[in-house]
Amino acid sequence: MRDKLLVFLGVVAMLLLARDILVIAGFPNEANQGAIFKIIFFHVPVAMAAMLCAAASLIGSVMFLLTRNFKYDALAVSVTEVGLAFLAANLVTGSIWGRVIWGIWWTWDARLTSALVCWLLYAGYLMLRHAIEEPTQRATFAAVFSIFAFIDVPIVIFSIKWWRTQHPQPVFWGGGSIPGDWYLAALLNLLAMVLLGIVLTVVRLRQEEAQREIDSLRRTAHAF
Amino acid sequence: MLSFFRQVLVVTVKDLRAELRTKEAVNASLAFALVILLMFSFAFDPLEETTREISGGLLWIVFAFAGTLVLNRSFAREQPNDCLDALIAAPISGAALFLGKALANYVLVLAVELIALPVFGIFYGVHWTDQFPELLLVLLLGAWALTVVGTIFSALTVNIRLREVMLPMLTYPILVPALMGAMQLTAGLVNGKPISGDSFSWLKMLIGFDVIFTAVSLVLVETVLVG
Amino acid sequence: MSAVAVDGVWKFYGDYPALRDVRLSAEPGACLALIGRNGAGKTTLLRIVAGFSRPGRGQIRIFGTEPRETATRAKMGFIGHGISVYDELSALENLILFGRLYNLADPHKSAMEWLERTGLERVRNGLVREFSRGMRQRLAVARAFLHDPGVLLLDEPFTALDDRAIAVLQRLLREALAAGKTIVMSTHQLREALELASHVALLVRGQVAFSGPCTPEMVADPGYVYARYGEAG
Repeated sequence: MRDKLLVFLGVVAMLLLARDILVIAGFPNEANQGAIFKIIFFHVPVAMAAMLCAAASLIGSVMFLLTRNFKYDALAVSVTEVGLAFLAANLVTGSIWGRVIWGIWWTWDARLTSALVCWLLYAGYLMLRHAIEEPTQRATFAAVFSIFAFIDVPIVIFSIKWWRTQHPQPVFWGGGSIPGDWYLAALLNLLAMVLLGIVLTVVRLRQEEAQREIDSLRRTAHAF
Repeated sequence: MLSFFRQVLVVTVKDLRAELRTKEAVNASLAFALVILLMFSFAFDPLEETTREISGGLLWIVFAFAGTLVLNRSFAREQPNDCLDALIAAPISGAALFLGKALANYVLVLAVELIALPVFGIFYGVHWTDQFPELLLVLLLGAWALTVVGTIFSALTVNIRLREVMLPMLTYPILVPALMGAMQLTAGLVNGKPISGDSFSWLKMLIGFDVIFTAVSLVLVETVLVG
Repeated sequence: MSAVAVDGVWKFYGDYPALRDVRLSAEPGACLALIGRNGAGKTTLLRIVAGFSRPGRGQIRIFGTEPRETATRAKMGFIGHGISVYDELSALENLILFGRLYNLADPHKSAMEWLERTGLERVRNGLVREFSRGMRQRLAVARAFLHDPGVLLLDEPFTALDDRAIAVLQRLLREALAAGKTIVMSTHQLREALELASHVALLVRGQVAFSGPCTPEMVADPGYVYARYGEAG
């Protein structure tokens, strides 16, 4: 992806975020929870962005196993790292919210716990990559694990949901009258997150390709 | 089809015979289980009422940790002398090799569980005999979840760095739903509550987990073994 | 139809090509000696032929079929760097196990036969962990030949063998060739290998630098091929 396009997307993302922050700051405070409620405008979009990253990782992994083309492996690892960052943001914002509302830094409610398990799953993916030297084997095994992880994600989410019901009712689904511009702010935030994710992924992708080239040059130099 | 199962059995018998000769993994696993049970008794007073309520969950932590010792050996035992090469070269499918090893691991993991269970009952004053048939069902299903994920990841990690650390690190997050289901079911059963409405969902989830991950493992095992 | 056909095989480690456009073939009854320096790609190539890893490009055909198919694997025997027998089992138990894996009609009988042919019948109940290097290699040979494969793939089989074990192996390989089997053998022990070989292929940095029949000059002076077709030094 051309540099100019990348910078453009990044700027758009930043502008959207800036716009949203201003708009959201202007919204009236929520009746029950006060100002901290507005953290949901970030808490939910990063979670959705993380899910998109997981899906992209699965596609990259499956495509690698089918074609053995390393650009898919580069995609899988880049998008997983970005997704991990988004999930971490989800965990941190959820934790802050919990601290303000319930007075505790961590509540083992369904969504946060699921996010934590998913975070561990994909952190495991990265650890696995670090443990394998040879690039082809690394890409193959990581792809296999990524498939296992992705299949596990819905099972994790459903089983933890059955287990816990402490999370407040979702704001954007089910009940209550919510002004239209709130939806807009959340959607724009999601767009900003996705754009940001794309920029970060492409940057990481390039780094991965360069790393692979260095790797093969090193092998060539040391071979004889 | 028949020759497929015959070959699975050859692999299973080979693994079990090798293990029973040395008993290394089983002994280590049992010793580990006992040590964890002991350490838990310092953390939670075993005779407290609250401990009884969480005892089902504790038991599965013991099984998960002790089981990993057995599962780690599964493909690791093929490493000396490059025996894994000979197995891959033999005219058996990757699926047969995987199932053969998984069944051997299953027998060993179940053996550890069935020995640890009465010990657990004694130390923690837990009535595990009350709903034994149902408890046995949960043990069988939970042990299979542990085994199937542990065996495929044992194959995955067999010749990478830090194998002993990577196997639990990868396996436990994947197993979260299955362990959770097994824990919920066991906690209910050892406290005298038979499996009913709510907990029935856990049983269905556990069965679904077993089926899904067995299928995925069978599909991906060739990729793991040959690349 | 060739017994072993290597057709345009490439192997990549990441972007690095360990094997580049390798084309070789061995007819039934031929003995192909694969020579080359360390790191040239002999082991990599043999393992791909044996079906242990996939080529990045190109294909392998054993009697016209894929090496990964079950029926084809029954016709192949492999000896790698490791002996691929279990330390904690006895020689006889090992061979019976492999006999069962290869669906032999009478694993016990075949096992005993090969123990005799490799001179191991007296130690058949001994655990492999107690064997000497030469005995272990002979058991590896027994394992590879047990199911009467049509194609034998051997990766440096003469390495670190004592003279008795070398003699046993050479005898068995000659008998196999006389029976029409095909052998592909990578080796550093040029003299022992070239005495048996009908064809020679030289691998240099993952590419085939020379491939052709084994000539008397080569047998007389094993370094001939390296000097003529390989790299200086």
